[in-house]
Amino acid sequence: MRLSLNSRLSAISALLPALLVMLVVYIGATSWTVWMSLTNSRMLPNNNFVGLRQYEMLLGNDRWITSVHNIVIYGLLFVSLALLVGFLLAVAIDQRVRAEDTIRSIFLYPYSMSFVVTGLVWQWLLNPTLGIQHVLRSWGFEGATFDWIVRPETAIYCLVIAGVWQASGLVMAIMLAGLRGVDDEIWKAARVDGLPKWRVYVSIIIPMMGASFATAAVLLSTGVVRLYDLSVAMTNGGPGIASEVPAKFVMDHLFERANIGLATAAATTMLITVIAVVAPYLYWRARKGEVR
Amino acid sequence: MQKSNVDIRSLQIGFGGLKVLENLDLHVGASEFLVLLGPSGCGKSTLLNAIAGLIDVRGGEIHVGGRDVTWAEPKDRGIAMVFQSYALYPRMSVRRNMSFGLTVAGTPRDEIERRVGEAAQMLRLTSLLDRRPSELSGGQRQRVAIGRALVRHAGVYLFDEPLSNLDAQLRAELRVEIKRLHARLGATMIYVTHDQIEALTLADRIAVMQGGVIQQLDTPKKIYREPVNRFVASFVGSPAMNFIPGQLARGSEVAFIAGVNRVSLNGYAFRSQPTDAPAVLGIRPEHIELTASNDPSAVSARVEMVEPMGADTLIWCRLADSTAFSFRHDADAQVRVGDTLNVRFPAEALSLFDETSGQRL
Amino acid sequence: MTAVAQPLPAARRPKRMTPARWGLYAFIFITALYFLLPLYVMVVTSLKPMAEIRQGNLLALPVAPSIDAWVKAWTSACTGLTCQGIKIGFLNSLRILVPSVVISILVGSLTGYALSLWRVRGANILFGTMMVVAFIPYQVFIYPLVRVFSFTGLGQSLSTIVIIHTIFGLPTMTLLFRNYFASLPVELFKAARVDGAGFYQIYALIMMPMAIPMIVVAVILQTTGIWNDFILGLVFAGRDNLPMTVQLNNIVNSTQGERAYNVDMAATLLTALLPLAVYFGSGRWFVRGIAAGAVKG
Repeated sequence: MRLSLNSRLSAISALLPALLVMLVVYIGATSWTVWMSLTNSRMLPNNNFVGLRQYEMLLGNDRWITSVHNIVIYGLLFVSLALLVGFLLAVAIDQRVRAEDTIRSIFLYPYSMSFVVTGLVWQWLLNPTLGIQHVLRSWGFEGATFDWIVRPETAIYCLVIAGVWQASGLVMAIMLAGLRGVDDEIWKAARVDGLPKWRVYVSIIIPMMGASFATAAVLLSTGVVRLYDLSVAMTNGGPGIASEVPAKFVMDHLFERANIGLATAAATTMLITVIAVVAPYLYWRARKGEVR
Repeated sequence: MQKSNVDIRSLQIGFGGLKVLENLDLHVGASEFLVLLGPSGCGKSTLLNAIAGLIDVRGGEIHVGGRDVTWAEPKDRGIAMVFQSYALYPRMSVRRNMSFGLTVAGTPRDEIERRVGEAAQMLRLTSLLDRRPSELSGGQRQRVAIGRALVRHAGVYLFDEPLSNLDAQLRAELRVEIKRLHARLGATMIYVTHDQIEALTLADRIAVMQGGVIQQLDTPKKIYREPVNRFVASFVGSPAMNFIPGQLARGSEVAFIAGVNRVSLNGYAFRSQPTDAPAVLGIRPEHIELTASNDPSAVSARVEMVEPMGADTLIWCRLADSTAFSFRHDADAQVRVGDTLNVRFPAEALSLFDETSGQRL
Repeated sequence: MTAVAQPLPAARRPKRMTPARWGLYAFIFITALYFLLPLYVMVVTSLKPMAEIRQGNLLALPVAPSIDAWVKAWTSACTGLTCQGIKIGFLNSLRILVPSVVISILVGSLTGYALSLWRVRGANILFGTMMVVAFIPYQVFIYPLVRVFSFTGLGQSLSTIVIIHTIFGLPTMTLLFRNYFASLPVELFKAARVDGAGFYQIYALIMMPMAIPMIVVAVILQTTGIWNDFILGLVFAGRDNLPMTVQLNNIVNSTQGERAYNVDMAATLLTALLPLAVYFGSGRWFVRGIAAGAVKG
């Protein structure tokens, strides 16, 4: 359809905000961040080019190393546990259980809550003096210890517990949609073939659900890189720097420690990581779209 | 190969308050090809799924090969099933699709290979064994689905509208293939369809269903020639049977009166003693014959429309009392719209139905 | 021949509750406890006096339930320097929420409409970039944006945070509406063109009224997202407009002396109230929103 000049101008005017956002935020801000990471900017940005010096500093920075170490542990555990729990929940709900809507609501409601709320609740639950540990001891398990949140080597696992609690419902919703999309006749065929249910899931259904798993995994992973609120609210990076994460590292160095060069180098590292994960996924989805 | 009979006794099926089947009895003999025919929602698929054990029954019994399998698992019923949407396992090769059930059942490897090879050869799938379902055409997919059923060496094969996802030409090809398969294996087959051509061509016997009830269970020929009620008469046959309302009259001979027209019923096999009651006359388009105007049994009608159908021509006419009907004539009929024709309705090809109950008289 | 060789199966109706079924319900029950525990603990803690919290059991029901902690959390809890309770944050969040939701949906739907139905050169590049950006952490953009806004004179203000929410809501909103409009029959659009409707007329009079289901989904998505935001509010809203999540964190994590867990939990619940209400009030729409948001890319 040929467009008149008038409607073409209208279309372009409608796209102006998006265009502006693309130029200023996506391209402008990103390039500036990358550029600043190559300078020795401290409290204010400057243009003293220092090459990759900030990245070298980053690699020598204990706090950054801890952050990266933490995010890897958190990422692996959080993504795999959330996928596992979410998938199991979806399978369980898919068995035509009673009160399906209620059960689904129970599993999904945490996803409507903010990370701040999530972090504060779990901080309270995991509080060793009055929380779950206290409950266990008052029940007669005198030796019970569950003080992960105050111990540097385990604090990051507390973030995993809270994160899985918050996000499993999302995975469940995605997986349930996938399971409900499986042709009913596949199930009938499998029953006539005499396959046990677990076998159907393992050999037939899970291989069919690749797209659901990929979508859920990508969504969870991008949440991992963004992890900030939860760490701030739950442990504020502590004890010490035991539960620091990269996003918090960037924020602290930008606004409190006045080290913009280092902060932007960290941000650029995050950017590259995300693109390395997301680009293949988006490419794969686009390809799939074309084939269809 | 085992050939089981299937015996269904006063079967009841319902969902919630809805009764789908009530007190249904059906016997399918060993090696028989039985077609369940009916419009959608008539309960034919429900019945087939119940035989397969895929839905629970409320009452009654299902026997396969003499065993009561009413509450047995589908895999223990000695059945195999082919589905409308093929239901192939998408992430498995054709070979694995066909062998998977046997593998899980712990059948020895060489036996599996033998059966898969045999079925693949029978269905001309040998060259496709390593492909994925997504790489196959619709017809090939359905042949794989049939193959997956065949390797089970079941006593009964169930087909749930297996051809309705295919285009007309493929449907015709696969229909022949299934018929050949039945002839070769002599297996018991129960086949659900809403397509009367499939039913008429494939079946040893057809069960025409409506509203959860088997209306008529008979050979295709009987179903076609002597439908037991107006539903069966109108559902089977294309172009559809003509229905002409009128009145029975007993005089010197029993006749059917429709307005000014009188059709002699001499030679019609009445099921019970006829009475002078309103009735509906049914006749298939190909049974109406052209005749001369001086024929005493001639009925005159005006031509309204002519539909050439290739092999023959369908002529739409209207009687003086404005009842419309169609009849088949050979393709080179010189008939034009507006012509007046004289036709006769041969008594031995007629069907008569009670006006209120719709039952055959 | 395989099946018949086996012993005859019992022709008896199987019991409804098999062991597997029991296991299934046990699994659901136990996981449901894990999911409900925090909500339960929040509620009972917020209703207990501090003495009872110190001596009693975390899981015990309050002996003498009281809403004192709720009143205190709402009106007089200290958020750092001031002690006016979380109601300040609640009002701030509302002031941020309403314009942000409205503007981001307007801009997003207009962009989605222009990208789906009108062939504009470079539309695919714009859209593709947006999809990639939807995944990038805010930390990459945050500092330059702070500088840009202080350069324009807006600084940290209500307008700034509304613009920021619009910017970061744009990819998801655009995707949502683009996909929806693309799924409508093209004939509709063509008929409107033939009837002489212009670009904005088609948008306002034909497309948006049809997109009401999507608008509902978008409102749910944006409301929970913006209400739950922490980092953007912290950086861009300015001291006088800090949203509820930030205030909540200040109440809980920066109090001096002994911590009032009952007040903390009451404040936490108050903060979670709106998203919970949206969630339980919208039922399946929330799931639809997730599904729509989940197809990012």
